Amino acid sequence: MKRVYVNEEWCLGCHLCEYNCAFANSGARDMVTALKGKPILPRIRVEGEGDVTYAVSCRHCRDPICIRGCISGALHKEGGTVCIDREKCVGCLTCVLLCPYGAVLPGPDGAAMKCELCLKNACGEPACAAGCPNRAIVYEEREEETV
Amino acid sequence: MSGINFLFPEFEVVRNDDRCIRCRVCERQCANEVHFYDAARDRVFSDESKCVNCQRCVSLCPTRALKIVRSDCRLRENANWDSDTIREVYKQAESGGVLLSSMGNPKPLPVYWDKLLINASQVTNPSIDPLREPMETRVFLGKKPKTLERDGNGKLKTELTPQLELDIPVMFSAMSYGSISYNAHASLARAATALGTCYNTGEGGLHEDFYKYGPNTIVQVASGRFGVHEDFLQAGAAIEIKMGQGAKPGIGGHLPGAKVGPDVSRTRMIPEGSDAISPAPHHDIYSIEDLRQLVWSLKEATGHVKPVIVKVAAVHNIAAIASGIARSGADIIAIDGFRGGTGAAPTRIRDHVGIPIELALASVDARLREEGIRDRVSLVAGGSIRSSADVVKAVALGADACYIATAAVLALGCHLCRTCQSGKCNWGIATQRPDLAKRLNPDIGSQRLINLMTAWKREIMELMGGMGINSIEALRGNRLMLRGVGLNETELRILGVSHAGE
Repeated sequence: MKRVYVNEEWCLGCHLCEYNCAFANSGARDMVTALKGKPILPRIRVEGEGDVTYAVSCRHCRDPICIRGCISGALHKEGGTVCIDREKCVGCLTCVLLCPYGAVLPGPDGAAMKCELCLKNACGEPACAAGCPNRAIVYEEREEETV
Repeated sequence: MSGINFLFPEFEVVRNDDRCIRCRVCERQCANEVHFYDAARDRVFSDESKCVNCQRCVSLCPTRALKIVRSDCRLRENANWDSDTIREVYKQAESGGVLLSSMGNPKPLPVYWDKLLINASQVTNPSIDPLREPMETRVFLGKKPKTLERDGNGKLKTELTPQLELDIPVMFSAMSYGSISYNAHASLARAATALGTCYNTGEGGLHEDFYKYGPNTIVQVASGRFGVHEDFLQAGAAIEIKMGQGAKPGIGGHLPGAKVGPDVSRTRMIPEGSDAISPAPHHDIYSIEDLRQLVWSLKEATGHVKPVIVKVAAVHNIAAIASGIARSGADIIAIDGFRGGTGAAPTRIRDHVGIPIELALASVDARLREEGIRDRVSLVAGGSIRSSADVVKAVALGADACYIATAAVLALGCHLCRTCQSGKCNWGIATQRPDLAKRLNPDIGSQRLINLMTAWKREIMELMGGMGINSIEALRGNRLMLRGVGLNETELRILGVSHAGE
């Protein structure tokens, strides 16, 4: 399946992926309306600083430990993509503690939030990859399977 | 010298605060440190005095909140003492130094390409549709035999001298590793290989990672001989002796020590951190005979299988110079016009020395024909070839192929801010700073170069088809396909074209 991969060799640490992600998931028509003067809630985060930076988001693991730990059944798989039904989420944040990548995050309303590859928002394909200025983030099919 | 700065900022950074979302990408991406975020006021501010108008922030701003405009702060209008001239006096009065600039001559001198128009077929001679009929853009650069002899079986008896085969009549001209980044070289090398043309190492040797692109590499030997050794010469498809450069005829080069890091040092074979100074002349070339010795030394060193190019700047006596080079044994002459680019040159030399490539090319082609030695060499024209139309016009004026570099770096992201000499290229091209060089991902860079050349190739075929010509060879020196507009008698005579309407 197609996944988001990050190549830190080309990551500039510009953080645009975070803003593109937050915008894509905001449901707003333009980025200014979506993000101006508001807290930015991206599902992808740029880690590291200085010369080495890289974006981290959900790996969509084959056997996701977050789903195994979810007490409410909110986290589930949809054709390989790890999705969250935020209506079902009770906000226990077990998933946040379990995720080895730190890719599941507490949302502003108490429910957890995570990358769903922009399949459920208007973007249609991961906004982080589409907007990356240096192709450090790519959305592609690869042989290797993550855990 | 004093606390007064006579130079007001050239540009203004206009930030639409209604749109700015404080993402700070401008601040993170500006190597000149123009933008800064003030947390206390939650606003982004700018110090426009540092801005070079490279447009990196404008291109990356996700809400298009930024524009860079020319400052309308003005000195009193004066047609003789224009603002730039006065600023240069201020700079020199402050520093006492030679003014430095980059890229090509920006002065409003005539661009003859824009005063030449191309012919098309109507009624009596049919035009050709390149989408339906074969159209040849392949060229072979090198010495051509006067006649061909065949044996009884039709096999060629004439021994051909080495040729450089190109799928398109455009090559990427010399830019050294040092003046441009590793990733810029990687992009050029990969694109040249994919396109079936050549890129040029410039005077800086060949990075060990790029030997695999050898069949599409022209290796350059210049006055500083940086990075020249046997393997380097063997690696290339052709060897270029650089006698001059259009942007700075008559002078050498200077790569500041700050750009000579471990990799550049190893590739150039000079100590880390030392300035790489290319002398103005080759210290072993003071005559055509000396040049002949170097041409044949290089041929001997590489087993006579590679064509040798001699690159010269277009200067006043270019026709006589080219005639001498053609007799020196060189296979190809590259002529670089005065609008050619550079990573750094003294401003006065860039702006005032040399002649236009159009006139130089036309006079060289005519002179070599008159002397009956045109077939001894191929001609490559460079120095601001901006489009496929310029390529077609150059070929019609007698070029076998063109060299492009400014257009190539534009494809890589250059915005012609003309501050390469600072080494702080925000686009990752003219820099050796690792954090800046990584901004040019060769996967993207090479693809953009391939796209540009593919587009030009299609346009060249369209233009040729319109003229009823199906092979670039049939266009070469075909000046009947050109007409001049707004040119005087002397210009028309030198260009060898009639005026439009004639």
